[in-house]
Amino acid sequence: MKERVTLDLSKLPLHGMGTASVTWWGTLAFMLIEGTGFVLVLAVYLYLMSLAAIWPIDAPKPDLLPGTLVTLILLASLVPNVLMSRWAEQQDLRKIRIGMVVMSLFGVAPLIVRIFEFPALGISWDANAYGSIVWTLLGLHTTHIMTDLVDTLVLAALMLTRHGNNARRFGDVQDNAMYWNFVVATWLPIYGCIYWIPRL
Amino acid sequence: MIRHATRLVCVVTPALLLAGCSGWQSALDAHGAPAMSLKQLIILIVAVCSVVWMLVMIALIIALSRNRRERPLPIAPQPSTQRRMTITIVAAVAATTVVISGFTVMSFFATRALGVTANDELTIKVRGLQWWWSVEYFGTSPEERFETANEIHIPVGRNVRLRLEGLDVIHSFWVPSLAGKQDLVPGRANELLIRAENPGTYRGQCAEFCGMQHAHMAFLVIAESEAEFDRWTSAQRQPAIQPSEEELAAGQHAFLAKPCAACHTVRGTTASGTTGPDLTHIGGRKYIAAGLFETTRGSLAAWIADPQTIKPGNNMPTVPLTPEELRAVSAYLASLK
Amino acid sequence: MKANITGPDTRDTDLERSQLRAELAETWKTPRGLWGALATVDHKIIGRRYILTAFVFLALGGILAALMRIQLAQPEERLIGPDRYNQIFTMHGANMMFLFAVPVMEAMAVYLVPLMVGTRNIAFPRLNAFSYWIYLAGGALLWLSFALDMAPDVGWFAYVPLSGPQYGAGKRADIWAQMITFTELSALAVAVELVVTIFKQRAPGMTLDRIPVFVWAMLVTAFLVIMAMPAIMVASTSLILDRLVGTHFYNPAEGGDVLLWQHLFWFFGHPEVYIIFLPAAGMVSTMIEPFARRPAFGYLALVMALIATGILSFGLWVHHMFVAGLPRLGNSFFTASSMAIAIPAGIQIFCWLGTLWDGKPLFATPLLFIIGFIVTFVIGGLTGVMVASVPFDTQVHDTYFVVAHFHYVLIGGAVFPLLGAVHYWFPKITGRMMSETLGKWSFWLIFIGFNLTFFPMHILGLQGMPRRIYTYQPDMPWHGMNLFVSLSAIILVAGFLLFFLNAIRSARSGAAARDNPWDAPTLEWATASPPPSYNFARIPAVSSSHPLWNRSDILAVASGLRTDRRELVVTSLVTAEPQAREASPRNSIWPLWAAIATTVMLIWSIFSPWAVVWGSIPIAITLIGWFWPKGTPEDES
Ligand code: HEA
Ligand code: HEA
Ligand code: HEC
Ligand code: CUA
Ligand SMILES: [Cu+2]
Repeated sequence: MKERVTLDLSKLPLHGMGTASVTWWGTLAFMLIEGTGFVLVLAVYLYLMSLAAIWPIDAPKPDLLPGTLVTLILLASLVPNVLMSRWAEQQDLRKIRIGMVVMSLFGVAPLIVRIFEFPALGISWDANAYGSIVWTLLGLHTTHIMTDLVDTLVLAALMLTRHGNNARRFGDVQDNAMYWNFVVATWLPIYGCIYWIPRL
Repeated sequence: MIRHATRLVCVVTPALLLAGCSGWQSALDAHGAPAMSLKQLIILIVAVCSVVWMLVMIALIIALSRNRRERPLPIAPQPSTQRRMTITIVAAVAATTVVISGFTVMSFFATRALGVTANDELTIKVRGLQWWWSVEYFGTSPEERFETANEIHIPVGRNVRLRLEGLDVIHSFWVPSLAGKQDLVPGRANELLIRAENPGTYRGQCAEFCGMQHAHMAFLVIAESEAEFDRWTSAQRQPAIQPSEEELAAGQHAFLAKPCAACHTVRGTTASGTTGPDLTHIGGRKYIAAGLFETTRGSLAAWIADPQTIKPGNNMPTVPLTPEELRAVSAYLASLK
Repeated sequence: MKANITGPDTRDTDLERSQLRAELAETWKTPRGLWGALATVDHKIIGRRYILTAFVFLALGGILAALMRIQLAQPEERLIGPDRYNQIFTMHGANMMFLFAVPVMEAMAVYLVPLMVGTRNIAFPRLNAFSYWIYLAGGALLWLSFALDMAPDVGWFAYVPLSGPQYGAGKRADIWAQMITFTELSALAVAVELVVTIFKQRAPGMTLDRIPVFVWAMLVTAFLVIMAMPAIMVASTSLILDRLVGTHFYNPAEGGDVLLWQHLFWFFGHPEVYIIFLPAAGMVSTMIEPFARRPAFGYLALVMALIATGILSFGLWVHHMFVAGLPRLGNSFFTASSMAIAIPAGIQIFCWLGTLWDGKPLFATPLLFIIGFIVTFVIGGLTGVMVASVPFDTQVHDTYFVVAHFHYVLIGGAVFPLLGAVHYWFPKITGRMMSETLGKWSFWLIFIGFNLTFFPMHILGLQGMPRRIYTYQPDMPWHGMNLFVSLSAIILVAGFLLFFLNAIRSARSGAAARDNPWDAPTLEWATASPPPSYNFARIPAVSSSHPLWNRSDILAVASGLRTDRRELVVTSLVTAEPQAREASPRNSIWPLWAAIATTVMLIWSIFSPWAVVWGSIPIAITLIGWFWPKGTPEDES
């Protein structure tokens, strides 16, 4: 087939940021997948609760302290996270480097408190269905913190090397920040479910 | 359409003519009020759907064979044709909506009719186990309670409410000639209403896959007159007869001495196991092993000698017996009418 | 080295046609040899592999079907024992659904969608490579377990408690659950790639209303995958937890629930069947145009029908549980929602009929399959409407009536269009035509064989024959018809065999194909058959929904892309305005390593929960290797 050039693309940037970036959409799609997963596990919680005569089954109400602490840490982490997303947009490498280190610490902190959260549930996963679902909820969210932490650590290392000064990397930082927001956002309904629904 | 097609297939496959097209376990061979109303509904829906299919086929054939005037290819859609086609399609969609709304309303009322209760209801408890059925009748006092297996007797013309309980995995209770099916789900209490208008023997079968011997988990529903039913229940309430002949006594002795008694109950003896079917009146039941064989001395002996070959995977082990013991035990069980 | 040919930052604008092609070929090539094959990220090579693998699974599943039909031909047949039979029907169902039907549709899309939207590679090409390896590993796991007599034997929907810790002894149910994890992982990956490809990589000017209907169908399907597959992930994971570490999700004695499994499974399972059907419907809408010689009637209606089906499909799952003991009248809601699907399905059927009505049919093999599809799918759809009625279903649920229903919709509704699509796109994929004579023979054998095999099953079901029984007794009135069914299956298998022969023969020695042998209107036909590694030397600039039917031999294209790095155009979501000249990743071996690490972890976790802990370390390492920048031109920005 003969071709006729009707459009010139040479002026376009080499990399799109935000909604012009394919990785941004990819991250969004993965968030949709995982978000659906969270919703379903929460639905399982409510379903099992609706069947049980008493809830929690054979267990005390979960101890509020560690869970609330995690919630506070996660909420606090939003501030540097949002700032960092802004720095990435401004392509300010120096600030991003500091921000990545801060965010790595904010990834570690909730994991440490989480170690105390599991015993605070007051029930083992193999005791009954209530134990199974709260452990699963908490475990599922923990894996999300851990994967994002690994991601943040690797990205932080990357930003500290010569590969750092690159619009593509700034986009990665933004996507990483967006994902962390998601990790925090999903925690809130889980927190409400695990700790407050039994208190209603 | 189903009738038609059935006839067609019967002609195509002569073997079927011998068997007869409607069987004793068939939704098309309805003998109970629920099954009859279901059959009517099925025929009606199938008929309407056949008409819908035919209309689509007519449209397809015309569309493919229509004479067309020559037009340059690819054809550019013409506004007038587009408009006419749009109208036709909107009409067809409207018709579709009418048909499915009709089906939905019909289904709703048919479902509601299936749950209607009556005062003279008889309640029976049916438990599904891998791979047999335990049946429990209650009567008016605790002494009137009795258990049997794989065979349910019901009085003709009376509603029978089955309380269905799954003990291990999910099973499904289905006697198509009398009613639709209902699952037996562990941890849930399900019920099913059945009713027979005509006396007869109706075969049913587990319809939910439940493991190795799902294929051999049949049962019979025997509908009989009120008098016969009463006679049957009072006979069932009796404990097993004590053996009068020497061979039968030897059989009973072996049965009680061997592990059989650990799994089976024979009321009136010390055998009171519950892992296997109640054998108090096994000799009077039509089939053994959930519809596998007719009950005879021979089939009982074959079963006891090697249940794992006959029904691989079932929960009765092969209990080593001497030939004499085997003969005696099967004679004894056959005598338990 | 490349720098010797041209300087860095070479633009296609500066180059002669032949030099442009040479340079693009150099940049986009997959090196010869094993390493090249393992490291490639070319969507066409991966797509071809995917399609081929899926068809191998079809043949394997078909062989299992043949075994079942031999076993069921006579009462009390002793060929296959109950244990093997249960493995066989489970394998047949799981294989056909998870290893054939869903992957084959995604595979077709992996190959076709980038070409149809006019881009050079799928989005996230390395994820695409990863997804194929994971799929292959899942299939291998299932079939290996079958060879070792360890295959799942609990049915393709593995109801608890039969599949639970108490009754599902051994590792069989775990293998089922982990096979699910593999296939869902790969399906989810492809879904993400497709969504992003369709959203962001369409050729400039391909606005939403110019997207080929097949691409729309794949977009809706990808969203169904994204929303539905997490349900089965949750289900299979919790099942493994119940089996491996003693949780109690499905144990009624400890507050769990048996029906929870069914809810979770069918919340996925029902959309699953439209994940299979919608791509097929999209294929029909796209293929019907060149064979009716007319644009498909009702583009908007067709697209809306796809979307409506997608949305409705999440509100129907209970129709698989009508006899499980949920409140019967509440079930009536699901009767209504299930039947409502007849409306979008009807709209599509009517639009296709209208297209044929006004068009001028060209009776080539693909059109025959479309016609066969309409004939049989309408039967299957109507039986679907029948079983959607609660009272009707109480008689036919779990009988051969349902078996008939779903083979009519699966084979009639999805496999027929797929076979048509293979005949249709074969020249594009291989550069050779399939034989029309053999194609027509195989169509008639399959069409006749199929109906003779599956129609009598409706009657068998009404006559009380339950499904999933390994044998039946001679006094049941089913043997004549079962024999008939089994004999008819010979015709069906012969048809499939002929199809396979035709495909293999034509791939080797078929007549050479032109770029656009069917005079079709969509972009994949604008490039060579088979397409070069870079798909399009210059990205097409689209200005209509049928870019190749503009009655001119000239294709409008865009220029200005670099040739020394893998570059493609990112466009805006709705109007497809160019936004960036985005890089597309180079070949890489890391996806294979990541897939191997994931496979080790998943299989190990059948045996020990610690696998999840220790097994994720190699996965993390391979992922870092995958994403760490290698200093190629693609990393520039
Ligand atoms: C490609 C796969 C596919 C497709 C497209 C469908 C389509 C439909 N299915 Fe099917 N179904 C399956 C695959 C599929 N199904 C499978 C695999 C199972 C069994 C799983 C198992 O148990 O193993 C199953 C089981 C199944 C059940 C459960 C049965 C049971 O277990 O007892 C039900 C119940 O409602 C059902 C309903 C429907 C309906 C209403 C449609 C509708 O989408 C059909 C709509 C189409 C039409 C109606 C035809 C075209 C319309 C017209 C020509 C307009 C005119 C129409 C009217 C006036 C009515 N299906
Ligand atoms: C897309 C899905 C799909 C497809 C294509 C098929 C195809 C076929 N199916 Fe299947 N079937 C299912 C999906 C499918 N099935 C599902 C989901 C179940 C439920 C499972 C369950 O209950 O858990 C089921 C169950 C099922 C049963 C019920 C089993 C039971 O309940 O006990 C039966 C019985 O007859 C059957 C028969 C057939 C037959 C004869 C074919 C034929 O169409 C097969 C045709 C033959 C071939 C496709 C092979 C041809 C090729 C060769 C012979 C080799 C040549 C090879 C080379 C040259 C490389 N199927
Ligand atoms: C470990 C338990 C167990 C032992 C021991 C056992 N059985 Fe059974 N038996 C069963 C079970 C379970 C069944 C139901 C099998 C089926 O149909 O799937 C059964 C079925 C039967 C039946 C058919 C009952 C019917 O109504 O269909 C007979 C008869 C029978 N057993 C006799 C015996 C005899 C005689 C012995 C001893 C020699 C014996 N059983 C030992 C468990 C046992
Ligand atoms: Cu019990 Cu099937
Ligand atoms: Cu469904």
